[in-house]
Order: sequence, then C-alpha cells, then structure tokens
Amino acid sequence: MQQMGMFASEPKAITVTELTRGLRRAIEAVDVFQNLWVQGEVSNFSRPQSGHWYFTLKDRDAALPCVMWRSTAELQAQIPKNGDHIEVHGGLSIYEAQGRYQLYVDEIRSAGAGTLYQKFIELKNRLDAEGLFERKRSLPAWPRRIGIVTSATGAALQDVLHTLERRYPLAEVVLAPTQVQGPSAAILVADALGILDQFAQPDLILLVRGGGSLEDLAAFNSEIVARAIVRTRAVVVSGVGHETDVTIADFAADLRAPTPTAAAEISTPDVQELRGQLAAVRGRLERQTPAAKILRARQRVDELSLRSGRALAQRARWQRATLQGIAARLGALSPLAVLERGYAVVRAADGKLVRAASEVQPGDALDVRVQRGTLNVEVIDTKED
Amino acid sequence: MAKPKEISSLSYDQAMEELEGIVQQLEAEVGDLDAALALYERGQQLAKHCGELLDSAELRVQQLGADGSLSELE
Repeated sequence: MQQMGMFASEPKAITVTELTRGLRRAIEAVDVFQNLWVQGEVSNFSRPQSGHWYFTLKDRDAALPCVMWRSTAELQAQIPKNGDHIEVHGGLSIYEAQGRYQLYVDEIRSAGAGTLYQKFIELKNRLDAEGLFERKRSLPAWPRRIGIVTSATGAALQDVLHTLERRYPLAEVVLAPTQVQGPSAAILVADALGILDQFAQPDLILLVRGGGSLEDLAAFNSEIVARAIVRTRAVVVSGVGHETDVTIADFAADLRAPTPTAAAEISTPDVQELRGQLAAVRGRLERQTPAAKILRARQRVDELSLRSGRALAQRARWQRATLQGIAARLGALSPLAVLERGYAVVRAADGKLVRAASEVQPGDALDVRVQRGTLNVEVIDTKED
Repeated sequence: MAKPKEISSLSYDQAMEELEGIVQQLEAEVGDLDAALALYERGQQLAKHCGELLDSAELRVQQLGADGSLSELE
C-alpha cells in the first residue's frame, strides 16, 4: 500500500504492467490469501487441450475465477461439473495478461450436490407432474409472422435473422426485445412472450438466447417463463444455449431446438424446398386442364358403356346357369328318377296308388311299376306295421 | 366455399393452402366441367401468385414496443 502512495505522487504515469505486477505481489504477500478454503458452485467449467482446468466458483452475489494446473488436475478422482457445490483450496494471485485475480486451486472436495441444479430438478419434476410439459403442437407449414423473444443486442438475434433471411424471406418478423439475464430477466421474458403473442399475433414464436452458465440461463429455468410459454396462442420453439444446455423453457415449449440457429431452421421451410413444392402442385394442376378433363370424361363414358355391355353378357350367363340348375333339380324330382334309384310304384286294379297294406286284400291283383316295365302280381297276405 | 379473396392480397400460406385444395378438388373429379374450368383458372392464378411471392420475398423485421406498438427495425 505504501508503494501505491508512492506511485500516486509520481508525476510520470506508470505502465499497466508495473501496476498489475505491483498488485500481484501485494496479494501474494498476504499469507491468508495463500492458504484459503473457498466454497461455492462450479460454473463455466472447461478443460481445454492443455489439460488445465478453468472454472468459476459462484454464489448468489459474487464470482471467483479458478484454475487448477494439469499436474494437480490429473490426480483428481472426480471432474467437477457445472452446478456442483464444492470446496476448493488454493492461493490467490493475479493473471497479469488479463488483469484478473484468480484462485490457483490445489485441492477440491465435494460439498454435496449444487443447490441451483437441485432447484432446477425440483422445479422440472413439479411442473412435469402438473402436466405443463404436455402441450406439443405441430408447427405451421408456412409461418406468416414469426415472433422472436431475445435480447436486441445478442448474437442469438443475428443468428436467427440471418437464418430466416436465407431460408424463408417470406416471413414477417417481429422482435420482442428483452433482457435475458439478470435478476428481473425472468419477469421480462415472460412479459415479452405475452405482449408479443397478444399484440403481434404471430403464428410462431422463437424463444432464443446464446449459451451460458446455469446462472446465466436462470430466466429460462424459471416457473414464470414456463407458464408464459404454455399460455401462448402461437406455437413456441425454444433454442437456448448450446447443444447440451436443456432448460425448463425447453420442456415447456412445443419444440426444442439445440441452438438459436437450429430453432430458426427447424421451424421454417427452405425457400428452395418451397419452389419444389410449388412446381409439384403446378404439375398436378396442369394434369387437370379443361381439355384433359374433357378427354378423361369421354374415356370414362366409353369405359362405362364397355362395362355395361360386359355386365349384360354376364347377366345372361348367370341366368342360363340358373335355368340349368333348376332343370337339374326338376329332373331329380321326376318319378322316373325315383324308380331309377330302385323304388317301385304300386297301383290297384282301378289304377289307384297303393299306400297302405290295409287298402288291399289277399287275392287282389296289383300293377307294380319298376324302372323298366310293369309286373302283374297277386297279393298273398297283408300285414300292417 | 366462401367468397374467394382477391388473389394479390393473399399471403403465401393462404394462397398455397387454397391451391392445394383446388388441385385436390379437381383430382377428385366431382362437379361439372364449368365449375372445374373456374377452379382451374383460379388455381393457375394462385400458382402464379405463389411464384411471385417467392421471387420477390424480402425478410421484413419489426420491433415490438412495450405498449404493443410495432416499428421497423434497423
């Protein structure tokens, strides 16, 4: 601190390096800063090619950049994940090239599951049980008006606009600009959704923002935004963060896209595709020209008359067959046909058919007609059944 | 069908939807030739309109104010 006073009284300006180095030495000289245990939640964890670990340790109000060198990192049993609540040991210093103070971590221990992540899971399960994630409507085939809810200054907006320009310039786009980060972001995002849906009446809403830590995405993991999403009349497609970030908003949306660009892509047809579609419909229409229609109508008449001719012939054939069938059945009923099967017809002298033994007396003469010829017989005896 | 709208005022989705309906109707071969002729002509105009919309399309971007008003962006 004495050095600082000395610098301040110098009329000549000092260099950035001199100041930064001075600060670094000052920090490193404080023993308590060199032997710290700090607890917080892991975010922005990255492990580049170099093998060193970089992450930020956070709580509600502050953030601390951390580094663990490869030599120590390699010895760790577990790799921390974003959202993990951990305690780290190390010494504080300044990374001069970026003028940033950071904790050089040499030991990590777990402090249970991260609370932000736990809250996320709890909210997700509660809303899921309520059925809030069940509304999945299909996308409009040719969206006319596309609403976008995102930051007016973010890269996400530019990504979406470029994609729409390239794929689907037919669309009319309405941006509902909103903060997507910070303490009031959740309410602002929910409001933007509601106002956009009500006043601009888009048929599709893209809810997008670039990637970030779990804290950065807090608005998209809030209950109020989830409820605003399922209240919209327009179909909502979410595209929040990177591939791996899944938010509550993603579950509540009709469709989830992995990134803002992907959200614009999956929810619009490509103009080249549309040209093909139009050509196909045109082709179908051309086959329906009035001339073609008349030709087909005539063909149909021909075909019908042909078919009715065939039908008549068929009917005649059927009738003939029926007649033959009846004749056959009639033939079977002829008495002669019965005789053919070995039966006989017995008549009395007066020509009456004899049906019972009681109708004749012994000594009566009878005629018995068999298939071929007649027998003249005399009754010897009669016997009733 | 309700009174047909002025074709030039139709958006792409409206025109395309009507065009598909007309083609399906013509393909179903119901109705008399007069009606078919009228449908065919309207279909042709719709197809032409869709083609023109695709050729002239330019993304239009507006911004929504907090009061629900729309203004051009950029």
